[in-house]
Amino acid sequence: MSVALLIDFGSTWTKLRALDLDSRTLMATAQGPSTVASDINLGLDEALARLGDALGGLPPFAYRLASSSAAGGLRMVTIGLVRELTAEAARQAALGAGAKLCGSFAYRLTAADVREVEARAPDIVLLCGGTDGGNRDAILHNAQALARSAIRCPVVVAGNREVTDEIVAMLSEGRRLVMPTANVLPALDTLDIEPARIAIRDVFMRRIVSAKGIDRASARIDHVLMPTPAAVLEGARILADGVEGREGLGPLVVVDPGGATTDVHSIGAGEPSEPGVIRYGLPEPHAKRTVEGDLGMRHNVAAIVAAVGLDTLAANAGLGIEEAGGALSRVEASVEMLPATDIERQMDGALVRAAVDIAMKRHAGTVETVYTAQGPVQVQRGKDLSAVGWVIGTGGAIVHARDPASILAVACTDTRDPGSLRPRAPRLAVDADYLLYAAGLLAQVDPVAAFDCARNHLRLLDPACAPPASILASARTR
Amino acid sequence: MPRTLVTGVIGADTHIVGNRILSMALEDAGYRVVSLGALTPAGDFIKAAVETAADAILVSSLYGQGELDCRGFRDLCVEAGLEDILLYVGGNLVVGKQPWEAVERRFLDMGFDRVFPPGTRVETALTALADDFAARENR
Repeated sequence: MSVALLIDFGSTWTKLRALDLDSRTLMATAQGPSTVASDINLGLDEALARLGDALGGLPPFAYRLASSSAAGGLRMVTIGLVRELTAEAARQAALGAGAKLCGSFAYRLTAADVREVEARAPDIVLLCGGTDGGNRDAILHNAQALARSAIRCPVVVAGNREVTDEIVAMLSEGRRLVMPTANVLPALDTLDIEPARIAIRDVFMRRIVSAKGIDRASARIDHVLMPTPAAVLEGARILADGVEGREGLGPLVVVDPGGATTDVHSIGAGEPSEPGVIRYGLPEPHAKRTVEGDLGMRHNVAAIVAAVGLDTLAANAGLGIEEAGGALSRVEASVEMLPATDIERQMDGALVRAAVDIAMKRHAGTVETVYTAQGPVQVQRGKDLSAVGWVIGTGGAIVHARDPASILAVACTDTRDPGSLRPRAPRLAVDADYLLYAAGLLAQVDPVAAFDCARNHLRLLDPACAPPASILASARTR
Repeated sequence: MPRTLVTGVIGADTHIVGNRILSMALEDAGYRVVSLGALTPAGDFIKAAVETAADAILVSSLYGQGELDCRGFRDLCVEAGLEDILLYVGGNLVVGKQPWEAVERRFLDMGFDRVFPPGTRVETALTALADDFAARENR
């Protein structure tokens, strides 16, 4: 029997998944506390002991792979030239690499900008600017500013290739790790974030893992491969695109509402699904991740209430205003709270539906009618996800909800908001055993087994139980 | 190194064919062409020119609203640090029968370096570009 151990060093929990590589199924799960602040091995040992109990002794593992979002995750600052062009491409690359963005800058860095980057103390800076053969002054200026600053973290350089050598030389003084790679936007109509993502991951494995003390577990594991959000995106990607010998599910969306942020991943080209629609703006990444830092079920309740209104939220929860307000204040008083009463569960349901609704609206593209002298023209911005075949929910807020389908249904199209290009008639499923990250990790060494495990454990939901109800739209129509 | 030109059709104008032909001809003539296509807002020409360090912007307008769309174009360039960029505009720039000299004057006043009437040959534009770039080098 061949077994793979997949570890997620999280900010609260150290989670383990043991996958049977022969039957391609989950054998056992276990978790321990996250102990990265003291010694990461303590939590890992506790989790391993529980896994051993569940399995009747720990088997020999063929692979022991880990992802990490512990110690603040992979904190990155991105820098580009024009906000909608290379600065946006840089953000896409960093998000796709699983980073937590702690600052995004455009144009020439000012002294105040540099002080802000210093204060935010990122793990990695991604420096972009200029298409290949295009503007070189701005990225040179910004490299110079970084070189003179107190910033000593690794810098990934992915801008106008004509000045890359010069920038590497400039930044290498001061003993920084500098990683040159291909331009994120080599031409205005070509987005190429994959090389930057690989470079970021490389720096993560070489430097960040040890800087955060995660490598202290190196005796117990083979590799810490990537930040956890990158592993989830990778799991979604193999599920959608398939691997050699396995056909994928086709374009899909993964929603992951968490305590502090809500992540949405979409895999697919997102080209217009109707003929005659004109695309506007930067090309979209095939595997796209967005992070809504203001939408968290615990840390950002106030922002959700502000976005949809307490009355709408209460109505969605099936509660009176006062009951709803009371439940919300209990959540705000203790962000660790798990819902205990029916009222709290109903309120949590409304919060997570609102977060998914807003996050999906921001992630999906839009189509609008522009009236020209030649008649109306449809203009699409962002990705058209209307033909996406699957919406998959992951994370405790969905998996442990009483009615996960009611949460995933709000990610879909709503007739009251026809301009939003959300999935129209997808099949709904949950990643019930939290296996997407594990599949993303396993895919690096055994893609077929990774695909089979992820596919086998996807729990389909009955779409009939899902009422189509966008909370945002109902707030508007009131 | 080849010069970089930004081309596109400004405003809510979908007439793309002539602009495509022009862009292809400019490429054949050895220019690096950043082609933005139809329905391009004024601001997007400027953003593209900043990012690609363009030497000239060639604006097409075929539907008669060019005057509205192009108003303040040079000012936007100045604001974006492109004070010196070469600006051309051409096409069916206005509606109705207006004397060409008056139309040309209006667009020159807006800060365009050259204004081309309907039916302009590609060769005319190429000659103008060559002359203007040469003049700039001798400055």
